[in-house]
Amino acid sequence: MPNAINIALIPLLPFAGFLLLGLFGKKFFGKTAGLIGTALLLVSCLLAFQTAYDYFFVYGKVNGAYQQFVPMQFVWLQFSKTLSIDMGLMIDPISVVMLVVVTFVSLMVHIYSLGYMKGEARFPVYYSFLGLFSFSMLGLVLATNIFQIYIFWELVGVSSFLLIGFYYEKPSAVAASKKAFIVTRFADFGFLIGILILSYCSNTLSFAELIQRLTTPGSSELQTAAGYSFLGISALTWGAALVFIGGAGKSAMFPLHIWLPDAMEGPTPVSALIHAATMVVAGVYLVARLFPVFALTTPEVLEGIGWVGAVSAIFAAVIACTQTDIKRVLAYSTMSQIGYMMFALGVSKYGGEEGLGYTASIFHLFTHAMFKALLFLGAGSVIHYVHSNEMKDMGGLRKFLPVTHITFLIACLAIAGVPPLAGFFSKEEILLAAYQHNQAIYYIALITSGITAFYMFRLYFNIFWSKPYHPHGEHQGEGGFVMTLPLFLLAAGALFAGFIPFGTLVSSDGKPLESHFHLSFSIAPVALGLAGIAAAMVLYKSQNERPGRISASLGGLYTAACHKFYIDELYLFVTRKVLFNLVGRPAAWFDRNVVDGLVNVTGNITLSLSEGIRKMQSGKVQQYGIYVLSAVIVLSVLFIYVW
Amino acid sequence: MMEPGLYHILFISAALFFIGIYGFFTRRNLITMLMSTELILNSVNLNFIAFNKYLWPGKMDGLFFTVFVIAIAAAEAAVGIAIIINLYRSHQSIDVASAEDLKY
Repeated sequence: MPNAINIALIPLLPFAGFLLLGLFGKKFFGKTAGLIGTALLLVSCLLAFQTAYDYFFVYGKVNGAYQQFVPMQFVWLQFSKTLSIDMGLMIDPISVVMLVVVTFVSLMVHIYSLGYMKGEARFPVYYSFLGLFSFSMLGLVLATNIFQIYIFWELVGVSSFLLIGFYYEKPSAVAASKKAFIVTRFADFGFLIGILILSYCSNTLSFAELIQRLTTPGSSELQTAAGYSFLGISALTWGAALVFIGGAGKSAMFPLHIWLPDAMEGPTPVSALIHAATMVVAGVYLVARLFPVFALTTPEVLEGIGWVGAVSAIFAAVIACTQTDIKRVLAYSTMSQIGYMMFALGVSKYGGEEGLGYTASIFHLFTHAMFKALLFLGAGSVIHYVHSNEMKDMGGLRKFLPVTHITFLIACLAIAGVPPLAGFFSKEEILLAAYQHNQAIYYIALITSGITAFYMFRLYFNIFWSKPYHPHGEHQGEGGFVMTLPLFLLAAGALFAGFIPFGTLVSSDGKPLESHFHLSFSIAPVALGLAGIAAAMVLYKSQNERPGRISASLGGLYTAACHKFYIDELYLFVTRKVLFNLVGRPAAWFDRNVVDGLVNVTGNITLSLSEGIRKMQSGKVQQYGIYVLSAVIVLSVLFIYVW
Repeated sequence: MMEPGLYHILFISAALFFIGIYGFFTRRNLITMLMSTELILNSVNLNFIAFNKYLWPGKMDGLFFTVFVIAIAAAEAAVGIAIIINLYRSHQSIDVASAEDLKY
């Protein structure tokens, strides 16, 4: 049986760190704040590993299938006898996998930040924010009901906002944090309505009951829900689609992705933690959590998810080829990889071997967390060294940053899907799932994997080869042991995580999958990946004219991709020109004239009334006498003739 | 010569009352106004005595009330005149308009 105290401690330890460092950090801890935060997270990470081991190998499997456990649950808000908001801990394969991913990457980032953020004035504040984020993300992962996940969902949004805007003296960071918050908040609005629809239809908030009631054919809840519809689409479809919109906002799916590249204004370790490995996959996690509902009750929404994921994957990959800010390249690459996870869910079915996409998605989430966090931390080392995000300031760094160079190369090979690194296995599974269920998405994914290899190696060659580097000024090298240790550990993850037999651990219905691995099937993706690498090598290994010539010959397409296909401009047009003029201004007029007008009228009436009453108190004794006399006469008349 | 009845006395009392009211509302001089209130009080006294005498001859309640009213009227006159003297000291006038300042 799961140990409730241990599991509860996993999120609570970072929370304790947040409170401790947030309240007393500046006064009492100063430079030791980082060590405290890291130590707390180390404990929490060890507990997570222990939980995962116990779950997968000791008690999790009952009758050949992994079960869901709720080791702790209490009522938080009681609305009525049947409806309450609970707080609890849920243990099942995906939450355990996420526990491991979140605590491990968070620990790596905590350690790395000891070096990266050294000497920062708001060092304790930084660690308290990291603690808050880890707490909220772990709470989100362990949520037992849809409302709890929503609470923590908003909390990760807040901590992301705080960390993107960490350098709040920079106007661009402020703008980016606001953008991230507003865009995700906008999507969360859809999520909230989706929650309301789904919980209204199913009469419950708890995941287990909700899934059970909405997927059992002929259940009374399903029959009731079938009666509701809006614009000719059933309420359940709306609910599922709106919940997915919330997930799409958090996971930066097209067209709600615009906040993710800007979010790179935050400190680089934060990008590694929040905007690569953990928070942005919350959307994938959400869809996976409610997967039976999507797959069994609203398959049309699931198909939509597949297409959104596929479009995001190729769209972001194309943009990534043209960006020159290394963190932005990684941001678009993240978006593209999350697109992979999304369409893997989208092409999956529920149960048995048909659920391969589900397993593949979580598998890719796991391996992606390893190599993408590694890429971001490597990019952090590079930025730390050259004090710039731009590719043109880099080149030839392989001699100066040997550890970063090797680990970055490993991560690039992993994401490009070169066997036998981690990315190869998870990507193969995704492609296989797509191949079996939706050929069109499969070909999109295949092309994307070639582009992925190309832009990753464009990045790699531009940073580490290209032109000779001339060091200028003082350099701290690679930042010592604290900054290289996470790189080594994550590189180990990127190298070996693929060998974990994921199919036996995580599947849509808890029963282990047969491992079906076809060597012949992986020829095409690997060949495309290698072709991408070769192309990048030809173009970028040493400085030459070819990239300029190619971009010139592509003309409009290149410019469009360079400008991120003008999505930002489109949003600006829609908000500034259309929404402001059509909604904002009339609303402002209404506010100024009707709402304020009502208030002013009330004020004026009171004023004139009191003006009249004021005159009654004139100070004239005889006038008072008149009042008394007339009152007496009126009362006399009343008493004599009326009553 | 006819014996005056209750109605005659009530008529005089009512006349006295309205003369007092009239004086109170029309005079500007505070002393005159004070005198008018005395008239009103006396009309009430007359009523008390008349009702006592004609309706409940065996009782004394009306008479007692009259004595009370006379005593209180005396006290009220003393207070009223004291106020008027103070008003005269500060405003050099006993016009009722000069008392309007009191509202501030």
